[in-house]
Amino acid sequence: MADTAAPANGFALAETIDRFRRSSEFVVIPVLALIASGLLFSIFLLLVGKSPVEFFSLVWRGGFGTAFSWQNTLVRASPLILTALCVAIPARLGMTVIGGEGALVLGGFAAAAIAIPMTSWASPFVVMPVMFLAAAIAGAFWIGAVGWLRHYRGINETISSLLLFYIAVSILNFFVEGALRDPSDPNKPSTAPIGAENMIGPIPGTSVHWGLAAGIVACILVWILMNRTTFGFAARVTGGNVRAAQGQGLPVGRLVVISCALAGACAGLAGYFEVAAIHGKANASLIAGYGFTGILVSFLARHNPLAIVPVAILLGGIAASGGLVQRRMDLPDATVLVLQGLMFVVLLVSETMYGRLAIFKPKGA
Amino acid sequence: MSATAAALAEPPVSPLGAKKAIGLETIGMTKIFGSMVALGDVSIKVKPGSFHALLGENGAGKSTLVKCIMGFYQPTRGSVLIDGRETEISNPKVARDVGIGMVYQHFTLVPSLTATENLVIARADVPSVIDWKKEKKSLDALFDRMPFRVPLDVPVSSLAAGEKQKLEILKQLYLDQRFLILDEPTSVLTPGEADEILGLLKTMTDAGDLTILMISHKFREVTAFADEFSVLRKGEYMGGGVTANVSVAEMSRMMIGDMKLRERAARKTFEKQPVVLDLAGICAEDDEGLPAVDAVNLKIRAGEIVGIAGVSGNGQSELIETLTGQRDLTSGRFFVKDQPYEPSREKMAKFKVFGLPEEPLKNACVRRMTVAENLAFRSFDQPPISKRRGFLSPGPMRAKAKELIAAYRVKTPGPDEPIENLSGGNVQRAVLARELSTQVEVLIVANPCFGLDFASIAEIRSQIMDQRNGGAAVLLVSEDLDEILELSDRVAVMSEGRIDYVAPIGETDRATIGQAMAGHH
Ligand SMILES: Nc1ncnc2c1ncn2[C@@H]1O[C@H](COP(=O)(O)OP(=O)(O)OP(=O)(O)O)[C@@H](O)[C@H]1O
Ligand SMILES: [Mg+2]
Repeated sequence: MADTAAPANGFALAETIDRFRRSSEFVVIPVLALIASGLLFSIFLLLVGKSPVEFFSLVWRGGFGTAFSWQNTLVRASPLILTALCVAIPARLGMTVIGGEGALVLGGFAAAAIAIPMTSWASPFVVMPVMFLAAAIAGAFWIGAVGWLRHYRGINETISSLLLFYIAVSILNFFVEGALRDPSDPNKPSTAPIGAENMIGPIPGTSVHWGLAAGIVACILVWILMNRTTFGFAARVTGGNVRAAQGQGLPVGRLVVISCALAGACAGLAGYFEVAAIHGKANASLIAGYGFTGILVSFLARHNPLAIVPVAILLGGIAASGGLVQRRMDLPDATVLVLQGLMFVVLLVSETMYGRLAIFKPKGA
Repeated sequence: MSATAAALAEPPVSPLGAKKAIGLETIGMTKIFGSMVALGDVSIKVKPGSFHALLGENGAGKSTLVKCIMGFYQPTRGSVLIDGRETEISNPKVARDVGIGMVYQHFTLVPSLTATENLVIARADVPSVIDWKKEKKSLDALFDRMPFRVPLDVPVSSLAAGEKQKLEILKQLYLDQRFLILDEPTSVLTPGEADEILGLLKTMTDAGDLTILMISHKFREVTAFADEFSVLRKGEYMGGGVTANVSVAEMSRMMIGDMKLRERAARKTFEKQPVVLDLAGICAEDDEGLPAVDAVNLKIRAGEIVGIAGVSGNGQSELIETLTGQRDLTSGRFFVKDQPYEPSREKMAKFKVFGLPEEPLKNACVRRMTVAENLAFRSFDQPPISKRRGFLSPGPMRAKAKELIAAYRVKTPGPDEPIENLSGGNVQRAVLARELSTQVEVLIVANPCFGLDFASIAEIRSQIMDQRNGGAAVLLVSEDLDEILELSDRVAVMSEGRIDYVAPIGETDRATIGQAMAGHH
């Protein structure tokens, strides 16, 4: 309270400290939530008779301990980054879109479906960008429709995006088990391969594909879009108070649809990279839950595009260690899902803590 | 607290008079937000059974003081004495348990529930199974002893503003609170309703059943009802006393010092001016889809203020919302300077259409965004804030904000403060700064002076008059007939969604307008 006694010169410093206190809240609370969910999960492990210490050290080794595990982690992080953006962008407009998985599935399918007839005659320089665009457009269309339904028909975006996910899966299955099924593949119903020459390779010197770079670039672009452009400003006004946005003549419907379409394009691209960098064809492997984990990533990052990258890497690491945990500790595959679920619940609880903890309040408050 | 808990466990229908009014004192109350002293060492004393007014200009710290008393804020320093005993009120629940209740400026009732339901769920001891029959009976018994009644069985959303405010007060009485804090309780009421409610509360304080601490900007109410008053200025206690012994001029000097009130700009006379804003057959529906605005025709010339009078809820807010883009037209058209107009951003900028909506925090601001950002709502897509198309520079945005904050004397810790932390009056000033800082050709104003102190009211009314004298066409909707009579060149009366009476200000009077408001003319 020294600054209240001698206010004049202490102001600038006090102001900086205050601003720091307030913003540190956005880091400390999610971190505490992570720690708390770790503790809860330890109790769960103890209850099933396993050692939490062993679990977390395996997660460390499987996710971050070696160069190999890092690469494994980053491969899983890249679709998470892109699907998290599919949640974070609409969140700026006050919408909770949870159907990123649908846009991913459809994007991946569109990329494969458009590439297959082209493989025989077009060069990879044509096929690759066409696939990329097809995936982005399919995703944009899918989530853009969610925005359209929300604004012009008043349909809840959370529900509609979830239902559209099921429709996307049905579309994939319909073609993969029917018209586009590759008869030479006896195992899993899949499309024909897109051909090795149309696959996108790893970032040189690593085994991590370009999706990671694309995801990071997308995060930076979205950050710039939301914080340094008039579009982002208008989106924030709309998300904060629709009545105020209308009173300023902002095109609310257009902002909603475009933001949702951008979000869907990001998730669609996640599907593109899954097909073009990993599977080489479209099949049910696309439905790997990245879209749903992306929701968790975006919430943990408080919908901040720049925070999405580290959070996606953290969760990518946990996922990457799943196999090791399964083998060493004789725990089922779903164990890491339990951890993720706990994290999500604790995180949602922690949302209510903002503005309540005294240490983050400006002095005297 | 166990004693009060036990008292609450009994049905809270203890007849008025069983308990006594509470006296309350604050000692050295201090509240600091960041580096801003909102309240500095304020000690006031409210005697039991008195009607005490708390005065001060916008941002003086009145709301902060009562929020500290209620346990909404933790004071930086200072304490509260209740009936002479120091009592720590750590949160509003504790305040309720010791018998202190507050009526906020904005309604806190659940709109979809009836009055009975609202009252019963507000209790501290709501049983898990509610015997509505019994509750209703005990409520009826209670209301027989109450100074006023409201319909108990209809949803609160269908009550008029005055009835809602009565119900808010009844709720506190039902909870058996013996110290009531009212934060600008009459800003949503007509003078008649205000007199009725305050008069009835005054009989309760006179009987020693209740103590009232009322924040008000209206001297008329203060001199008519308050026994004593205290004045805050810039967070400090400036003095107080017995209302009967102090003149209004004296009180206002305590509030604002020797600052001169802004002189009202003289009304400039214009020769025949062109029509600027033309409302042609406007129809619109309310939120329930019922017709609310019924074929309104109105032409407003440059340099003219047309005031729309009417009892609230007769379609005025819906009409304003159609003009500001917050409500769709069901039929009709707008024209500005003979060209079709619809409230899109491009047309607003092209025709220089601006607005001062009522309840600015709800209608014109984003709470969580900073003051600087809120001030940029009009200009963020134009230079200098957006130099290259589509991009935004925070530097010029802050610079512009600092300029506006200084020019319009918005009291804020800085441009980066979330606007929700500003006092009610200062939010209004910020919106005024945003909307009136460039050339204005059409100005749409709704109840611009709700919750403002007298100095700010003088300021805002002269700003509106300045815009008119500068050639703007002004549409003013106000529930305050004095305001309409003071500012308008022509008066229109809206009743049941229609405007059937329009007259130049010189050819009408209060009585005629009153009749038109009631639907006869
Ligand atoms: N939560 C908060 N954080 C930061 N500053 C605040 C907060 N609440 C109030 N203030 C500041 O404290 C000052 C006093 O505000 P307060 O709301 O008490 O004024 P008031 O006297 O009630 O004014 P009005 O008549 O306009 O309602 C204001 O300048 C306001 O900006
Ligand atoms: Mg106030």
